Formats: sequence, structure tokens, C-alpha cells
Amino acid sequence: MFRLLEATGRPMTAIKVDGRTVQAEIGANLASVLLRAGFQPFRTTPVSGEPRMPYCMMGVCFECLATIDGITNCQTCLETVREGMVIERQLGASPIKPAGEGAP
Amino acid sequence: MPAVASSDYVVIGGGIVGAAVSYGLARAGEKVLLLDEGDIAFRAARGNFGNVWVQGKGGTSPAYADLTRRAANDWADFARELEERTGQDLHFRRPGAFYICFSSEELQRRAETMARIDKSATVASPFEVLDRPELAKRLPEIGQDVAGATFCPSDGTANPLHLLRALISGTILLGGRYLPRQAALGLRADGQGVAIDTQAGIVNAGKVVLAAGLGNEKLAPQLGMSAPVRPVRGQIMVTEKIRPFLHFGTNFIRQTLEGGCLFGESSEDAGMDDATTLPVLKETARRAITAFPLLRNARVVRAWGALRIMTRDGVPVYQQSRSCPGAFVLSVHSGVTLAPFHCGAIVEALRAGVLDAGTFEPFSPERFHVQAA
Repeated sequence: MFRLLEATGRPMTAIKVDGRTVQAEIGANLASVLLRAGFQPFRTTPVSGEPRMPYCMMGVCFECLATIDGITNCQTCLETVREGMVIERQLGASPIKPAGEGAP
Repeated sequence: MPAVASSDYVVIGGGIVGAAVSYGLARAGEKVLLLDEGDIAFRAARGNFGNVWVQGKGGTSPAYADLTRRAANDWADFARELEERTGQDLHFRRPGAFYICFSSEELQRRAETMARIDKSATVASPFEVLDRPELAKRLPEIGQDVAGATFCPSDGTANPLHLLRALISGTILLGGRYLPRQAALGLRADGQGVAIDTQAGIVNAGKVVLAAGLGNEKLAPQLGMSAPVRPVRGQIMVTEKIRPFLHFGTNFIRQTLEGGCLFGESSEDAGMDDATTLPVLKETARRAITAFPLLRNARVVRAWGALRIMTRDGVPVYQQSRSCPGAFVLSVHSGVTLAPFHCGAIVEALRAGVLDAGTFEPFSPERFHVQAA
């Protein structure tokens, strides 16, 4: 459904999207890469369980959330592609990590 | 100025207190008009924590302890009726709440205060004093540095935004009118009733109820009443939605049904400044993480400040004007907890045209007069 209009010539890298390997340009907008990769839905909501996809693409609506490198609720429209990134779909509310885990 | 509206009852202030009174009046078949200010208003009803809170209240006033306990006991029926009428889910739960203490001295003082209040109150509200091991059995995520807690099964929580919306939509469903962006600029007794100046023109009221929060201070004296209130700022933050882990209320942390965790406990004199400040938010977050260490892994998504409507002793002020008997003032910081009272017994008193001394004398602002001491 979505395709790249023009190539930028930036170097490519392999990222993991819901278990699949996807080739993406380093520095590309992550939400746009996920849309092109057919990542659908991005998540289901904590309240109603409805499927959600990016809406505003500019950091306002919080619809494009996904888990990036184990961190939940990341706004994918504000992220750019980095080497080795792992993106997972989040279903409903995520459990909070125990006190001994997570960032130092 | 032209007369633009008239009603048997006009309630000034579209927060939870004013909306509860309006709803109660409309439900009783009265003709009611609710005047609300615009979005420049200091809206305590839209910034509060959402606790239906009993424990520790009424330390200086047994009447206030009883009022609070009765209202909390009435909350379930109140919520059911309002939900059935409006289709709004108020997210009311009453699992009880813990007041978390960070030292054994604090826990002991707290236990003594609770025992003292319990002795003077006539409506029962049991409580338990829990040391750390007992608390950890009930709240497995509790932190090592918590000394203990008092637990009171009377406490509950509700979604204050849903409550406000339900009360206003319920008022309208029952034939009441709601006029937003109509601040009351001035009031005067006019024959049998009250004339209210608004931006649009004069609104004529048979009876008027002042529920304008901090705005009461300027409005009440115009009709021979007094509302000695001051703003006490609270700062609250909310996290991303997390799978439920906290199934009880606490004095400063609660998890909503939707999963977001609210932290808030600050009390500051900041005048009419309702902003947030980093030192207060930082200290609130530090104490939240001390209470529940796993919260260090939760991300805060919003923070806000709001101004409580605080009387000198923290006890509500309910007063009827002597010079203008159709005028009443309600100044309350516990609009959520006392909502069943405001749409029930208060409404009956308004309709009877008198705040009977038995119920309302302890809540008269005359208690602040030095002669009364």
C-alpha cells in the first residue's frame, strides 16, 4: 500500500519487525518503514483492545506506539532507523518490569 | 444590561460541586440553570486526583468525619443511579485504601490520629494499622523503605472527569440548562431573588447557589455571606498505561482502571499559579518509587497543577445568606467524595429553603469568627 517515492541513497541495514527481517535505510522515519513493511496493526489499545495504526505521524496522537528494543510505548513516528533495531507489536497494556530490571 | 435568562434555581460554577447540586435539583423536578466560566477558569474539578477518601478526615471536626463517611457509604448507590441515567461509567471502585508511612514514628502518629477521629465520629469506618510484613502480604510490590500503612476499607476511587461529564449531561437530560462561558461578574439581591450580571446580560434567579470554587471568595460577600478560601496547589503526574498491579487506593498513588498510574500529594501556597515545578514533581516521583520500586520503570506522560479550594480548617463551608435568604454558598475541596451529599441532602435543604442548624451549623463560616473561639 505504501511505497518509497524516491531513494535517498543512504546506507541500508537489517532490522527485525515482528520477527521478520526488513531492509531499511539508516536514519529513515521508523513509522514510515513499518507502514511499508506491512506491520499491521501497530498495536492494540490497553482500554478497548482495538487495533491501531499511525494517524498524525508527527508525535501528537500516540497511535503509532510499538515496542522498540524491549522498551514499550515508543512513538515510532519520532524514531529513526538504527542498525540492529528490534520492533515488536504490543497487545493491550504492557506489564511493568520488576524493580530489579529496566534501565539503571 | 438586558435580562437574558431566568430560572428558579441558578447554580454558579460548573465544577463537580455545582454540577452535583444542579443534577440533584433537576432530578427533584426543579428548574435549574448552571452557569459555568470559560476555559480560563481555575478548574479544580478537572485537575483532581479522583479519590473518594475517608480515612484521616475530620480530625478537628467530628461533623465533617461523619459527613465524609456517610457520603462515601452513599457513593455506590449514587454512582449506579447516575450511570444508569447517563450511560457514563464513573469507574467507581471501593476496594479500600492504604495510607503509606515511611517511618515507624509516622505510622504511630497516623494510628493515633485515626483512633482519635474514630472515637469522635458517630458513623463507623473501621481501619487497620499494618506493619511492613503485614503490608507486604497485601501489597507484594511495596518497597523495603516503607514502614507500614493504615488501611481503611471505606476509601474508594472514581474517574473525576467522567463524574463531571455525567453530572452535567444528567442535568441536561433531566431538563436543566447548562450555560458555559458565562462567568458571574456581579450579584445583587433583587426583590425575592437574585440578579446575576454575566457577559451576556442579567440572569435572574429565584434562589442562587454559589459553587464557584476560589471565585466564591469575591462573590459571597456581595450577598452577605463569606467564603474564606485560599488556593492550595497540588501537582499530579500520570504514567503510561500499565497492566494492572495496584488494586487498592493509596493516599498518593493510584492506578486507574485504564492502567495509568497517578502520583500526587503536594500542597503548596503558590497564589493563583497552577503551574508544575520540577522540584515538587521530582520529590513526588521519588516517594512514589520508594513506595513501589517497580514504578521506576514506568514513564510519566503528563503532569499538571491544580488549585484546591481550601478553607482555613479544611472543613467545608456551607452557608445561607441572612440578608438574602435565597442565596447559598458551598466552598469544598472534596467535591468527588461529597458528591452524593451535594446532590442529595444539600438539594433537599435548598428546596426547603433553609440549611437546618442540626446538620449545617458545624459548617457555617461563623466558626472562623474570633468571638466563636
